[in-house]
Amino acid sequence: MMTTVPKIRLNGVKKRFGEKVVLDGVDLEVAPGESVIIIGGSGTGKSVTLKCILGLLEPDAGRIEIDGEDVTRLAGRERERVNAKIGMLFQGAALFDSLPVWENVAFGLIEGKGVDRRSAKAEALKALAQVGLTADVGEMWPADLSGGMRKRVGLARAVCARPEILFFDEPTTGLDPIMGDVINELIVKTVHEMGATALTITHDMASARKIGHRIAMLYQGRIVWAGPVADIDRSGNAFVDQFIHGRAEGPIKMAVRA
Amino acid sequence: MPVLAPIGRAFLALLAVAGRLALFAAAGIAHAVRPPYYPRLVGKQMLEIGYFSLPVVGLTALFTGMVLALQSHSGFARFNAESAVATVVVLSITRELGPVMAGLMVAGRVGAAIAAEIGAMRVTEQIDALTTLSTNPFKYLVAPRLIAGLVTLPVLVLLADIVGVFGGYLVGIYRLEFNPANYLKLTWQYLETLDVVSGLVKAAAFGFIVALMGCYHGFNSRGGAQGVGVATTNAVVSSSVLILGANYFITAAFFGT
Repeated sequence: MMTTVPKIRLNGVKKRFGEKVVLDGVDLEVAPGESVIIIGGSGTGKSVTLKCILGLLEPDAGRIEIDGEDVTRLAGRERERVNAKIGMLFQGAALFDSLPVWENVAFGLIEGKGVDRRSAKAEALKALAQVGLTADVGEMWPADLSGGMRKRVGLARAVCARPEILFFDEPTTGLDPIMGDVINELIVKTVHEMGATALTITHDMASARKIGHRIAMLYQGRIVWAGPVADIDRSGNAFVDQFIHGRAEGPIKMAVRA
Repeated sequence: MPVLAPIGRAFLALLAVAGRLALFAAAGIAHAVRPPYYPRLVGKQMLEIGYFSLPVVGLTALFTGMVLALQSHSGFARFNAESAVATVVVLSITRELGPVMAGLMVAGRVGAAIAAEIGAMRVTEQIDALTTLSTNPFKYLVAPRLIAGLVTLPVLVLLADIVGVFGGYLVGIYRLEFNPANYLKLTWQYLETLDVVSGLVKAAAFGFIVALMGCYHGFNSRGGAQGVGVATTNAVVSSSVLILGANYFITAAFFGT
């Protein structure tokens, strides 16, 4: 049991879409400053878990706490206040096409915190430098960027307002192995520098081993195993073993249509 | 009753959509009147909806006025009422054709663009990103478009009225050989303030409808590029139908005595 109040706590979180049960009682705790990875196959509810924490989806049952505060059904200004603690790197970066790169990065400062545009731009350029991008990239448009650059800009946007919590949704998906490792390094560096709490969802085990302190495996809407990264190879859990070795045979049955 | 069941299901589905749309509109209005406001975004949308629609709306109004003059002249010649051409043109344009044609053209141009832009933002998680950046998507995306639609369409229609009447004037003078001074006198003689005002009220309603339907369908688009395409089509079709329906009720409210 944790002695301090967990930064994030999920207790019995359930979510279904019609007949399909996606989350079936997820229990998870993330301590302050800890980096936790949720692994699991496609469609196991990893993204839904993150969206429930962010308030983008409302759980059908269960409780979600951030800093000990029940945020399960917060809305409006209260939700904005809580979300101000969180920065998120989306799978496809989700950059705003209608804004130049620097304005994307500074968006949370300008619109969320009311910082004037000049100061926000200076902060945005600092955040871009933090992820290895120069000031001239700040004047480009998202459509002009490569996949790796988009991820870096997305990371810069996530960290620009110095949030206490960082979410990473499949941070290396769609990138070549080298660029994937560059992004992993950047995530480790920025999370460490900021002292932030991080929650990452991925099915990339190289990424999970590099970024995380602890790993939790989600299968059929439940956490079937959780433990330190160092224990993942000797978990003794058949689901984890099958997943990390990428075997077709095992207790995990993929939904494949004939 | 196997025959009645599908009708009942369709009717219930229609009511559900109407309810969702009403809630969406109410949320949009509520966010439009409460801070924070985004004047830069409202200005940008006013440019997009109004200024960039000027050419297409202007051309539509011009040709509509010209055709109206020709048609009314050839029709009224059957009972020697050619002198009514100027009056028919100005009343038709200001009361009906100005706002309706402008509304339909803007629905095709702007409604589709709004649905496509917001739909693409939905499927690429940009709307979720707004929420995570402590920005309410209704305030940032919907409210500025609703305000811009409501405010800009009347201005656009006022210009369309002028251009449309000018189209009728051109045909009247150069094709039908009316006396210019007499044509202008007849144009003004029977025109009342209510004719223009009713058209502008319609324009405001149509602008709101176009923006609302674009935002609603874009916001609720699902399933990638195909979903965005469906949202765009639905936005144009539904706003066009609603414009024609609203046109009847506003006309009835002003002139239905």
